[in-house]
Amino acid sequence: MNYIWLIPLFPLIGFLLIALNFKRFKGSYAGIIASTTVFSSFVFSAIVFANVLITKQAYTIELFQWIHFNTLSVSFSFLLDQLSAMMLMIVTGVGFLIHVYSIGYMKGDLGFNRFFSYLNLFVFFMLMLVMGSNYLIMFIGWEGVGLCSYLLIGFWFKNHNFNNAAKKAFIMNRIGDLGFLMGIFMLFGRFGTLNYASIFEQSQLLSVGDTNITIITLLLFIGAMGKSAQIPLFTWLPDAMAGPTPVSALIHAATMVTAGVYMVARSNILYALSPFTLLVIAIIGIATALLAGAIAVFQTDIKKVLAYSTVSQLGFMFLALGVGTFSGAMFHLTTHAFFKALLFLAAGSVIHALHGEQDIRKMGGLRKKIPITFLVFFIGTLAISGIPPLSGFFSKDMILMNVFHSGMLLWVVALIIALLTSVYMFRLLFIVFWGQPSVHADSNIHPHESPKSMTIPMMILAVLSILGGLFGIPEVFGGNEAISNYLAPVFAKSTTLLIQNPHEVAANIELLLMIVPVVLIFAIIYALYYYFVKGKNMPPDELQKRGIFSKIAYNKFYLDEIYDFLFVKPGAWFSVFLQEVVELKIIDKFIGKVGQGVVWTGKTIRYVQTGNVGFYLFAMVISIILILLLNLF
Amino acid sequence: MLTLLLIIIPLVFTIVLFALPDSKYVKSVALIGGIVEFVFSLYVLFQYQYGCHCVLNYHSQFFQQLGISFSLNIDGLSLLMILLTSFLSPLIIYSAFTKQSNKPPAFYALILLMETAFIGVFTATDVLWFYVFWDLALIPICFLTAVWGGKNKRVITVEFLIYTLVGSLLMLIAIIYLYTLTPGMHSFSFSSYYNLTLDYKTQVWVCLAFFMAFAIKVPLFPFHSWLPKTHTASPTQGSMFLAGIMLKMGIYGLLRFIIPLCPLALGSWTFYAVVLSVVGILYSSIIAIKQTELKRLIAFSSLGHMGLIAAGVFSLTFNGIEGGILQVISHGINVAGMFFCYDIIYRRTKTGTIASIGGIASKAPIFSVFFMIILLANIALPLTNGFVGEFLLLMGIFEYNAYLSAIAGLTIIFGAIYMLWMYQRIMYGETTEATQDFPEITLQESLVLTPLVIMIFWIGIYPKMFLHIAEPYVRDLLEVLTYKLK
Repeated sequence: MNYIWLIPLFPLIGFLLIALNFKRFKGSYAGIIASTTVFSSFVFSAIVFANVLITKQAYTIELFQWIHFNTLSVSFSFLLDQLSAMMLMIVTGVGFLIHVYSIGYMKGDLGFNRFFSYLNLFVFFMLMLVMGSNYLIMFIGWEGVGLCSYLLIGFWFKNHNFNNAAKKAFIMNRIGDLGFLMGIFMLFGRFGTLNYASIFEQSQLLSVGDTNITIITLLLFIGAMGKSAQIPLFTWLPDAMAGPTPVSALIHAATMVTAGVYMVARSNILYALSPFTLLVIAIIGIATALLAGAIAVFQTDIKKVLAYSTVSQLGFMFLALGVGTFSGAMFHLTTHAFFKALLFLAAGSVIHALHGEQDIRKMGGLRKKIPITFLVFFIGTLAISGIPPLSGFFSKDMILMNVFHSGMLLWVVALIIALLTSVYMFRLLFIVFWGQPSVHADSNIHPHESPKSMTIPMMILAVLSILGGLFGIPEVFGGNEAISNYLAPVFAKSTTLLIQNPHEVAANIELLLMIVPVVLIFAIIYALYYYFVKGKNMPPDELQKRGIFSKIAYNKFYLDEIYDFLFVKPGAWFSVFLQEVVELKIIDKFIGKVGQGVVWTGKTIRYVQTGNVGFYLFAMVISIILILLLNLF
Repeated sequence: MLTLLLIIIPLVFTIVLFALPDSKYVKSVALIGGIVEFVFSLYVLFQYQYGCHCVLNYHSQFFQQLGISFSLNIDGLSLLMILLTSFLSPLIIYSAFTKQSNKPPAFYALILLMETAFIGVFTATDVLWFYVFWDLALIPICFLTAVWGGKNKRVITVEFLIYTLVGSLLMLIAIIYLYTLTPGMHSFSFSSYYNLTLDYKTQVWVCLAFFMAFAIKVPLFPFHSWLPKTHTASPTQGSMFLAGIMLKMGIYGLLRFIIPLCPLALGSWTFYAVVLSVVGILYSSIIAIKQTELKRLIAFSSLGHMGLIAAGVFSLTFNGIEGGILQVISHGINVAGMFFCYDIIYRRTKTGTIASIGGIASKAPIFSVFFMIILLANIALPLTNGFVGEFLLLMGIFEYNAYLSAIAGLTIIFGAIYMLWMYQRIMYGETTEATQDFPEITLQESLVLTPLVIMIFWIGIYPKMFLHIAEPYVRDLLEVLTYKLK
């Protein structure tokens, strides 16, 4: 297992190669190099994964001491266990497919080489995040992926709207990162180390509800809110769609945004020790999922719908974490990586076919024009909506089942979230692929199917979206919940903490809980089909009047405006105030005037030097008398 | 002897340069001077690491009757400061080589004189000599600004000079007062100062006098108003020296004098010092957000970073001081890079107003990469030098007071806000009139930037050597502190 440092090294080498030769590489050369490096990482990840699967052991490999003095010791070291091996497979696997797709998608772009260097750098940092064996190495990756996200969102840097979106993403992430950093400090203060192994070992001795642990976990969760786009730090993710679509697929759907979920799952023991934090996570997860789901239903930009859907799905994963089903969250993270990456790539293919059009009101009837894209998009929609036997069904079911243990009411809420998914997804599907061709019919745009380099990765992802559920077939269907068993060693201690007396649900109730959502989803699909396809309804234009809720949701609950009003504008005003009033009128006038004060004193005293000898003598005599007098007393 | 040579080498080059007639060889002579000094400082590093520390000690009786001696020594702190100085100096000299304007010998002579003074400050172990070098460093920067500066250069120079001299004067008073307290034949040596046992009240006054001197130098809020002005008026090389090394003298002074001399006073006042520093961080970071001039923005950003360093040092924790020392080095490198990037832009566009620059990234992609790396180091991205320093600083402050640390930590958010805003404005978007034909950086310019970038990653990824050099110094300092507090 000594070769595992090669896994992050490959994309780093790819990045350096492309970055140093960005003027020399012509054609698709950079894309091929970038894909090759990620594929190499994938091969090694697969070996590692197989190794972990068979030996059921965790490996730690230390490279060198990073920050090491006094009592502080942080090393560059990697931890490979079931959890990180699984993440490695997702990052390098999905990452590789998206790299290949990008070769076709970015063809002819002036920044082609730059794009692939950033993409490789992203994979490097993501691998650091996943593989690190202590919180500080995770933080390297954590901030590093934020940087790459910034660079890629603002990839077309001539457009200042894109740049603003990039900046917003970075800054909102930084707000979360500050929380994360404070959490790290507190962890060090509490445990004297930042290594996962020793922290988790020490924390086994703690009792549930330890205040320190609650604060630590809350602080770390602030980091997760930023990275995984949860309320109140989620507004950057929809804006992040300014980046090229493969970026949205890789960074803003499959990998980076799930880092928060990974972090909580990684720290599962700490979180299990703090029921309060878990409650907070569940509430924020639910609120985010509902809010984002509601917004998604009213959006008209194909990528924005998918972006809000991502936010909503992430909220769903946090709900899973909140009710303590860490493996359920990781399962959904995996299947979501497949089908959401697929949906984004398919959306990219649609945009590609329509020469950059993203407004769904100007699409329609694309089913026949781009059949492969349609087919994979259809599969993705079925998978994300949770229709059996596609992957989304199983991962959602695992979460719903666990939520049911926590309470009936919570289950209903979770069900609503799941149903919302099918509402916005099938709405999207029907508007884009059914109905009348609206714009492209009468213009010169002739939709065309994407090249093979784009369609093949999509097909592979489609297959994964269909079969991904096999990892977690519940016992009712004769499965053995493979993923839960696989991850069991990582979550063992927290499972015993959280589930004192495991609930056993009768098989018939469990089946009922599965059937109810599916029946409802089919009802929704039928209603939407009736409304959009039969009724030929379209989302209203900008000028048309909307209903009150539709208007609020279409405008994203005015959150951007509220943040602008509460933070951005007062901040800017305060900055000007400090400059114009405090700096110039107060500090400069009083403290800054020391210099002028001395000059003034000098000027004034100068008048004493009159050049009149008589005056000097007089002053001398007076002074001597004064000194003598002073000495007397 | 080695240490004495460290001072003599740049001094000799200074004299030679003053004597030389203006010719095309002048700049080469200056550069050779800088490089020789750097190579020699590497030898000193080698001696420190693997040889005997005794060779670094130099002592000669100077004015024995008054207890003055010319004595020099190098410990971990001094060594790092020397390395920073001798590393930056040749780069700063080289950065002045432009086709547009030839600088006369005096310009380079002053730069090397400044280097001499800095080395003197960082090696002197006699308080009076420390003071002499401390003020000697002021002279070259004043001439550089007054002669080769920009708008309002004379007025601003005078203001800067007097302002900092007021601080020095207070320090001089404290130095002389403490001298009168030294036992027997009075002495100016560091050790006799350290051995003094002062009562609480004396410590408070001494502490205040030193504090004022160093607070003006660092500078801490609200004694900072000279800094942005001086930066705006100063030529780039002056700014690089000023922000890169000279401000760090304030931190050096804090560590050398205030902490060992006035532990009792610090014990009760340190909270206010940390609060003042943290207020300064916020103040300068927020003010930086709305700056319209690139150079002022860099000046305020540097002010914020210096505040964080001061807060970390005042926290009196191991991590805080160690991080402070490391960040002094890192920030020196980063801020010199920032000012040089400014210079590159200014020389090409003849303007430093952010609003009138734009779209440089599409004209000069290599430059934009250099600038981005330096910027990222400035906003403390992991794997750059800025991160290791700020992480340790914030951690130190956290150990002292978690709330203050969280407030000080806002700097990583504000830093991202103003830096990215600035970068977006000047590098991204469409080109403007000023940047229409912005040439890519030259070989000479990239030769200045490359060593800086190498250092950014070296300290960011493998800071072992630097932490290792600083560690025994910090340990000793804290031991002295705890001993004196008992």
